Amino acid sequence: MARKELGDLAAARLAPEVLARNFDDVAPPLDERQALIAANRCYYCYDAPCTTACPTGIDIPSFIRSIATGNLKGAATTILSANTFGGSCARVCPTEILCEGVCVRNTAESQPVQIGALQRHATDWVYESGTQLFERGEPSGFKVAVVGAGPAGIACAHRLARAGHAVTLFDAKPKIGGLNEYGIAAYKLPGDFAQKEIDWLLSIGGITVQTGTKLGEQITLAQLREQFDAVFLGLGLADVNALGLEGESLPGVRNAVDFIAELRQSDDLGKLPVGRRVVVIGGGNTAIDAAIQSKRLGAESVTLVYRRGPETMSATSHEQEFAKTEGVNIIHWAAPRRLIERDGLLATIEFEYTQLDANGKLANSGDTFTLQADVVLKAIGQAFVPDPVREGGKELLQLSNGRIKVDEDFATSLPGVWAGGDCVGGKTDLTVQAVDDGQRAAAAIDRALRKGNAP
Amino acid sequence: MTDLTCRFAGITSPNPFWLASAPPTDKAYNVNRAFEAGWGGVVWKTLGLDPPVVNVSSRYGAVAYNGQRMAGLNNIELITDRPLAVNLAEIRQVKRDWPDRAMIVSLMVPCDEESWKSILPQVEDTGADAVELNFGCPHGMSERGMGSAVGQVPEYVEMVAHWVKKHSRLPCIVKLTPNITDIRASARAAFRGGADAVSLINTINSIVGVDLDLMAPLPTVDGKGTHGGYCGPAVKPIALNMVAEIARDKETYRKPISGIGGIATWRDAAEFLALGAGSVQVCTAAMHYGFRIVDDMISGLRHFMEQKGYTKLEDLVGQAVPNVTDWQFLNMGYDIKARIDQDKCIKCGLCHIACEDTSHQAILKTKDGQRHFEVVDSECVGCNLCMHVCPVDGCITMERVDNGEYHNWTTHPNNPMRKRTETA
Repeated sequence: MARKELGDLAAARLAPEVLARNFDDVAPPLDERQALIAANRCYYCYDAPCTTACPTGIDIPSFIRSIATGNLKGAATTILSANTFGGSCARVCPTEILCEGVCVRNTAESQPVQIGALQRHATDWVYESGTQLFERGEPSGFKVAVVGAGPAGIACAHRLARAGHAVTLFDAKPKIGGLNEYGIAAYKLPGDFAQKEIDWLLSIGGITVQTGTKLGEQITLAQLREQFDAVFLGLGLADVNALGLEGESLPGVRNAVDFIAELRQSDDLGKLPVGRRVVVIGGGNTAIDAAIQSKRLGAESVTLVYRRGPETMSATSHEQEFAKTEGVNIIHWAAPRRLIERDGLLATIEFEYTQLDANGKLANSGDTFTLQADVVLKAIGQAFVPDPVREGGKELLQLSNGRIKVDEDFATSLPGVWAGGDCVGGKTDLTVQAVDDGQRAAAAIDRALRKGNAP
Repeated sequence: MTDLTCRFAGITSPNPFWLASAPPTDKAYNVNRAFEAGWGGVVWKTLGLDPPVVNVSSRYGAVAYNGQRMAGLNNIELITDRPLAVNLAEIRQVKRDWPDRAMIVSLMVPCDEESWKSILPQVEDTGADAVELNFGCPHGMSERGMGSAVGQVPEYVEMVAHWVKKHSRLPCIVKLTPNITDIRASARAAFRGGADAVSLINTINSIVGVDLDLMAPLPTVDGKGTHGGYCGPAVKPIALNMVAEIARDKETYRKPISGIGGIATWRDAAEFLALGAGSVQVCTAAMHYGFRIVDDMISGLRHFMEQKGYTKLEDLVGQAVPNVTDWQFLNMGYDIKARIDQDKCIKCGLCHIACEDTSHQAILKTKDGQRHFEVVDSECVGCNLCMHVCPVDGCITMERVDNGEYHNWTTHPNNPMRKRTETA
């Protein structure tokens, strides 16, 4: 493939079979025998650290014991009772900092039980076979609106539907799933798994899906409060932080989340253009996912630049290691200063080395370097956009640190409105955290509805 | 140099490791391979009178435990299904080729003197070193009045042993069935009948599992199953106890015992020898891994004996017998407490939950709000359960805390049958 000195963006840098391999399952499933061997390594700890570490509190020793005894349905029920998205969490959870990170097998052997892989083993067959594990409760007569069909919203909707409430699930996008559908690296959820899992969840019944409906545009919060007995907001983070630099609007400069979404929605990776020299700015999982996927699409060089050291990157050390083995060059302690154009195209990006000053604060060093770049992917964080919850120029509910303020029951300051997931910002920004928020909010909504009078 | 030579009831072999009468010793091909591998002797698979029996398929069922295959093995195979003459010819040839190895021939014929009288000279004629009377097989043959059907009646055991000694000059080993209430009765009967030794245990009556689709016991033969004989590592504790009971019985004290039951390593063998066995017999482990396992058994036993200063097998045999006693003589003054090595503890919590749910609530699970496992001495009775459930070797140990006094149940005030202590 001919190289261009400037704006070298091209599709099909790799052969179709290589692309297919690059975006296939990054961690293939365990077969039955491997699962048995892995399951038999579990000590069946009491009050197990892995369960404590799981934001949804899955009884991990119990489900692993069920796998070992050949009771896969019992294992799947244990998992999915605690975590609505047990299937995708098995694939995307950073288990190395959660369940597997605290597995007692680490102490002597540095090798935890493969909890994530076992969870996948126990749940995969459920989606494949379409076996329904849960029954919908008696119809309650209550109607609940869930806005935002990401992990928090769907988890909430599923719990509410199980409790017998009638749920309408709204999403602005054409497909539901939120970050599971648009924001996770393709090789972590291959084979349209996100939709398979959602199809299974919706098969419980009682959930009406309304896509292409954006809060604040096609519907308003006031309308929802009027038409429904309760509202749950799982709006996510709609905005991407800008670098605030000169040249940010140059072609070739884009948000990493948009690149990832485009890749996830592509039905032919061979048609997806990728830069020859890609620079990713940021230190989170989005940055890592964008960097690795650029490399796997055939970028010649991918450089990830982060303004602090590896220990403060929000991407786990496991993800950082993975990026390095994939050939991503990681530069720490440098921040972007200028995006330099030539002939109307992005040419280079100038960075300044950073350091900690005497007070431990991030400071500039004055030393700079430049990197050639055909594409710059920005991944320095996302922000909540309050527009959907504003009316007449002011917020209808209280915000806190730029996110929706909720109490321990995920109730907002507005009666009858609950919220969860990234739009409230909790302990972590993980999928599993959003699921837990949605589930807890559903329980609170159910309690509130049943405490009140019949509709 | 440690000498592993085994001198047992007039039989000599270069080491105490014999293959038990079973499929591995059914024909010359296997036995030659076993001797090449280094086995000290074999007990040839049980011979009977012609016409030979017929076997079925399948023949084995097994218990796997947490991924460990064949923790227990069960078989429904009968005695040799080859003609007597073929076996006898092969025995003769193998003994000629391997004169230093022990060649013992297992026998099972109908329970009448004529049958025994007819087969014994034929066996003796092969040059075999001894016979072993199969009074043990619990399946198939017992339905025909042989095997354990004989072994379960001490009077029959004594009678047949007597016939064998009357009609043969060969050493006679009686193989005992464990499917009885008191093994000592069978052993005493064998020796009363004139037997030179006993071997035990034969297999235990068992159904190894149930096929829940076929709703039939395993192994299943065309939809039906029958109880079989259980062996392998799972039966070793039962065998050890029975060997010890015979070894410390007044009537059979110091009589030759060939130990059988779940022996897979030199350590297993050493335990049987310590409890009074003069030789050991192996089957399941060889069927699991092949004859090569004898290498480590020989070198392991040799190195163990060297380390402990036993120069010959007889030094080791029976060493643990004096320490096998009745419960009533155990020291009630002995007191131990569990100690958890915090550096080794991986905080799995198994000790806590075992003690909390099923024992004495003597292990705390938190300290200063942290996950931490510690023994409460005042509640700990020294039962050892925590040590057994702990997955980390050497993490939980038992520390002796008593003042060294000895007193036992025989004089304990709570014992209504106590002996009066002598008073001044």
